[in-house]
Amino acid sequence: MKKIEAIIRKTKFEEVKEALLSSDIDWFEYHNVHGIGQSRQERIYRGVQYSTDVIERVALTIVCRDQFVEPTVKVILRVAHTGEIGDGRIFVSDMIDTWSIRTGENGDTVLRDKK
Amino acid sequence: MNEIGLSLDTVWMLLAAMLVFWMQPGFALCEAGFTRSKNAANILMKNFVDFMFGSLLFFFIGFGFMFGSDLLGGFIGMPNWGDLSFYDGELPVEGFLIFETVFCATSATIVSGAMAERTKFSMYLVYSAFISLIIYPVEGHWTWGGGWLCNDAADSFMMTTFGDVFHDFAGSAIVHSVGGVLALIGAIALGPRLGKYSKDGKSRAIPGHNLALAALGVFILWLGWFGFNPGSQLAASGEVNRVAISHVFLTTNLAAVAGGVATMFLTWIKYGKPSLSLTLNGILAGLVGITAGCDLVSPVGAVIIGFVCGIVLVFAIEFIDHKLHIDDPVGASSVHGVCGILGTLLTGLLSTSNGAFYGGGWGFFAAECFGILVIDLWAAACGIVLFYGIKKLHGLRVDARIEEEGLDIYEHGESCYN
Repeated sequence: MKKIEAIIRKTKFEEVKEALLSSDIDWFEYHNVHGIGQSRQERIYRGVQYSTDVIERVALTIVCRDQFVEPTVKVILRVAHTGEIGDGRIFVSDMIDTWSIRTGENGDTVLRDKK
Repeated sequence: MNEIGLSLDTVWMLLAAMLVFWMQPGFALCEAGFTRSKNAANILMKNFVDFMFGSLLFFFIGFGFMFGSDLLGGFIGMPNWGDLSFYDGELPVEGFLIFETVFCATSATIVSGAMAERTKFSMYLVYSAFISLIIYPVEGHWTWGGGWLCNDAADSFMMTTFGDVFHDFAGSAIVHSVGGVLALIGAIALGPRLGKYSKDGKSRAIPGHNLALAALGVFILWLGWFGFNPGSQLAASGEVNRVAISHVFLTTNLAAVAGGVATMFLTWIKYGKPSLSLTLNGILAGLVGITAGCDLVSPVGAVIIGFVCGIVLVFAIEFIDHKLHIDDPVGASSVHGVCGILGTLLTGLLSTSNGAFYGGGWGFFAAECFGILVIDLWAAACGIVLFYGIKKLHGLRVDARIEEEGLDIYEHGESCYN
């Protein structure tokens, strides 16, 4: 069982969401996140020019069984890609255990497998 | 005048009063949108206070100060102490009081935006009481109250000196420039918000929290102005009046759009992108500018006034912020102060009946210059005494900790967004 975390462009969220749903991921979480990076965006407010280093992205958290890690990562790599700097990153880490609160069931079979 | 005509005039005056009252939510939303969410409840509260204090004080005393018989050689009118029987006019006095009250409250509420995000609420109350009690009614007495600046008797001071009287149809000078000058002095006395200027004196942007609110506020103010200016005719019946209010309606709108267009293109050229926040101010700049001469200038003259105000506004905001380092979060001193003065002066040039550009000579322009100078010197003197007096006696500004965490929680115990 693995946790996949992906930081993607806000503009790519809808496409990635549809792609994940159609590749049988039945639940994932997302957050709007603010990151600080080396790149700056120039903005103007009431005639004062300023640059902001705050970069807005969406973070996805997907927990899945080992055999789904590769297809899920591939989907995100394909759909969230633009080729410009700032497309984001994917992190994969081990998950130790899980329980279903409804059934009390334990282990990675809790994660439903539609296939 | 026949009965129906007088009733029509009264209804028009009251309808206009409703529209001018509706400028209060316009100011409230505009100011709230241009400032940060942690101070939104505070700025809304200040806008309510201006109208509540303004209505009470203007009813009890200010109305008499403004329209009562001369006291102290015409400096001020006789206070009425809540008694309206002294007023002798064709229109019902209670309706006229309401109409004048909403104008007084408009003048009062201009200041809150410039002093936003750092003023002690209790001390703002003191200011708000003073403008409705003294500052506005005194200069109002000199002008709309039939005082010396508008006295057109042949042997009056204005007629013998300039050959013309001071003219401010709906209040570029009397309402807006007074609010704008007080806003500027209030902002100077307070000092800039924490973090507004870097150590090397560079201006920093503190973006407002909701430009949708600000934009709605400006649309509401715009609608309110259709009462502010055409309503100041104080009559609708008969051919003269129906033509006059229609003319004023048109000039008011043309100046607003010309101001917005001018600001939009100027910011596009200057900053590379058309700025919404400044275009909103540009529309208000055009409206403030046309208010003095909306009855006297031609529609083309109105476009010129709006355009000039929209251009000057951008430079005024930059100058006050970048050069003078005065922190006015919503641009009240530029919109109402600078463009109020500018609109009054342009009336002296562009009036089709007696303006300098229409062969009316320079007498009327000189009368406008003199009038605006006297009115704004009065406002400035009162502002300096009031704001620096408060600052010395009690402190005008909240503690740094309150300013950092927001006035809503510390001053009111409530936050706007939960």
